[in-house]
Amino acid sequence: MNEIDIKFLENVFKKYYFEHFDLIRVPERTSEREFGYQKFNSGMTRHISVKDDKELHLLLMQNIPSDVYCSNAYYTFPNLPMNEKDWKEADLIFDIDAKDLNLSCRVNHTISICNVCNEISNNSEKCLKCNSTKLEKKSLPCKNCIDSSKTEVLKLTEILINDFSINKDDIHVYFSGNEGFHIYVYNSQLQQIGSRERSELVDYVMFNGAIPEKFGMKKFKPNRNSFPDFGGSGWRGRFSKYVFGSKSKRSKIISELISNGYSSFQKTLDDVSKNIGTKIDPNVTMDIHRIFRLPGSINSKSGLTKIYCKDLKKFDAYADSSFLSEDIVEVLANCPIEFKLKNKRFGPYNNEKVSVPTFTAVYMICKKLATIA
Amino acid sequence: MLALGQDEIAKYPFLADAGQYLKDKGFTLEQFGTDPDLKELIDKAYERIRVAADGKIYKSDLIEDQVSKEAALPREVFSFLLAIVLLKLSGMHTLIKRFSLAEARRAEKYLEKDLANISDESKKQLAIKIIDDLFSVQIEKLDDYFIIPVSDYLKHSINFHEREWKLINRHIENGQVFLTPHETVRLIRKELGTYINSKIVNAKAPTMIPGFEDSVNKLVMLSKKFSTFTVTTGEYPPCIKHAIDVLEKGENLPHSGRFMLATFLLSKGQSIQQIAPLFKNAPDYNERVTLYQLNHLSGTSGSGTQYSCPSCEKLKTQSLCFATSECDNIISPLQFGKKRK
Ligand code: SF4
Ligand SMILES: [Zn+2]
Ligand SMILES: [Zn+2]
Repeated sequence: MNEIDIKFLENVFKKYYFEHFDLIRVPERTSEREFGYQKFNSGMTRHISVKDDKELHLLLMQNIPSDVYCSNAYYTFPNLPMNEKDWKEADLIFDIDAKDLNLSCRVNHTISICNVCNEISNNSEKCLKCNSTKLEKKSLPCKNCIDSSKTEVLKLTEILINDFSINKDDIHVYFSGNEGFHIYVYNSQLQQIGSRERSELVDYVMFNGAIPEKFGMKKFKPNRNSFPDFGGSGWRGRFSKYVFGSKSKRSKIISELISNGYSSFQKTLDDVSKNIGTKIDPNVTMDIHRIFRLPGSINSKSGLTKIYCKDLKKFDAYADSSFLSEDIVEVLANCPIEFKLKNKRFGPYNNEKVSVPTFTAVYMICKKLATIA
Repeated sequence: MLALGQDEIAKYPFLADAGQYLKDKGFTLEQFGTDPDLKELIDKAYERIRVAADGKIYKSDLIEDQVSKEAALPREVFSFLLAIVLLKLSGMHTLIKRFSLAEARRAEKYLEKDLANISDESKKQLAIKIIDDLFSVQIEKLDDYFIIPVSDYLKHSINFHEREWKLINRHIENGQVFLTPHETVRLIRKELGTYINSKIVNAKAPTMIPGFEDSVNKLVMLSKKFSTFTVTTGEYPPCIKHAIDVLEKGENLPHSGRFMLATFLLSKGQSIQQIAPLFKNAPDYNERVTLYQLNHLSGTSGSGTQYSCPSCEKLKTQSLCFATSECDNIISPLQFGKKRK
């Protein structure tokens, strides 16, 4: 990114942190967290401890970071090197990202930027100009991406509440500022479990590793009575609803399942996993030492805010997460596809000078699809 | 600690304070070495270890869980305590491990029975209390099941590799896992073994006691039988070969695949500098990021914990497993090609 663009973004971000500090959600037990931040065009500074809101505010104003992070873990000494921090516990976090959902819309809004010659083209495998394969992909997520991610969030929260008895108020959903959601679980019995335990939990919510026996299919002499009930608890119930469809079809489908045999049943389970398992990024949940984008901070991949979703159903990602100014700026834009921000359509721009609101300019500059003119 | 009745000490002798028990009964170790009647008990103790070393469970003098006759009870406890003395005198760690495990299995049987006991509430309560005290797992009874919090369940079950122990294959309600008495006890087997093992390891080692020498020598001989060594073929398992192939072709290997490959090679003693080039062909290769991640995995930076290679079970769920018949009976790619001799 060039100097002028960086200066521009820094000014905009600074203004944001000045005006919108109320949006920043300083996590509870602030002084036990590890903070970190990144500045434009430079590496990560981490192992920082922050006493309270005030100190955090100061840190943001002084450094004007491109991205700010905070640990889900609680430590005795958050500012020491990793192995001396003394890990105590960590909030449980799930990451649901449209890019992991294999959506068919994705090809339509992915752009390739050539690392060699900077040529920008619609999603392709090779640079159309210089044939290089060193391409950077940028996605401008669409409504379908967000809606599908929301569906996954709902699947996840349903499991957390029903199977794990987690209090609804202890589950906080945030839009990541780019193309997904971060789900935080506070105060649960799972605070203290380690990485390997969390990995099992991941398999649970993703419906990974199920065996036929537990879902009714015995290897020898399968028995109709052992198949799950329509209203069964946990995965047995969800499995039954998905596979049988309705109570009335249950009996007929069980007969089919039994006659298809054990190994075919295992395939059914894999199929179930793909359809009703929650699609999360397992590595995020397993990592108990990670620092996560701070709620309320700006995501430098988009200029949008990682914002708390009070009402997920009504939440409109590309309207409700944009807090930057409407002042008009002139940019040189090279963005071959259309996108929508704050309910307005922009683009496509074919290497042209355009005047757009600041929030739009930031969005494109962050995605490397425009520069200040 | 727990107040135990006579029967209970016989079933769970590791709960007793050994020295105190002998004193209370009015014996010293020296007496066992010299008194011909008591000396018999040393042979019994040796036998108890030998059976355990063979991987079997020592058959006790208890019938059902009642003591057959007055005398059997102290003998039952003595043979356990003397076995510990013998093990300490021999200093053979393989035998201590095997003994602890076998004794854990033995106690497990009693615990399971006590948990399932519907006619004697006090037996059940004691079993629950033992589990609670020793392993801090709070179990509760619900209908025919015992229920424990998911977090406790996970802490113990992650050491198991059979798929039926995966959380997805358990009945869960309200954040609790439902278990049968058998499963409840099975769940803490390892902790039970570790507990007994640590009690033995931490016991003070006595100096040789006259009359114990023969049995100790026999134990040293016995332990030779169990020393093992392994040979490796140096071949990579199919999952690792596949991952390397994918990378060499310049195709995309998912993050989980890279994690597997890196942790595997690190465990095999390869250095970060040796491993990093493997990722060069990846479409999104970035040298700085790769080195950062490898350093993180190896524990030289970041959390400082070295990440270990995932189990075969885990890799199966991630579709990274390409098992062949050579993979039979292994639980981690790290075990591939190692044969016991
Ligand atoms: S069984 Fe284990 S070692 Fe063999 S291919 Fe599968 S994961 Fe690799
Ligand atoms: Zn190019
Ligand atoms: Zn889309």
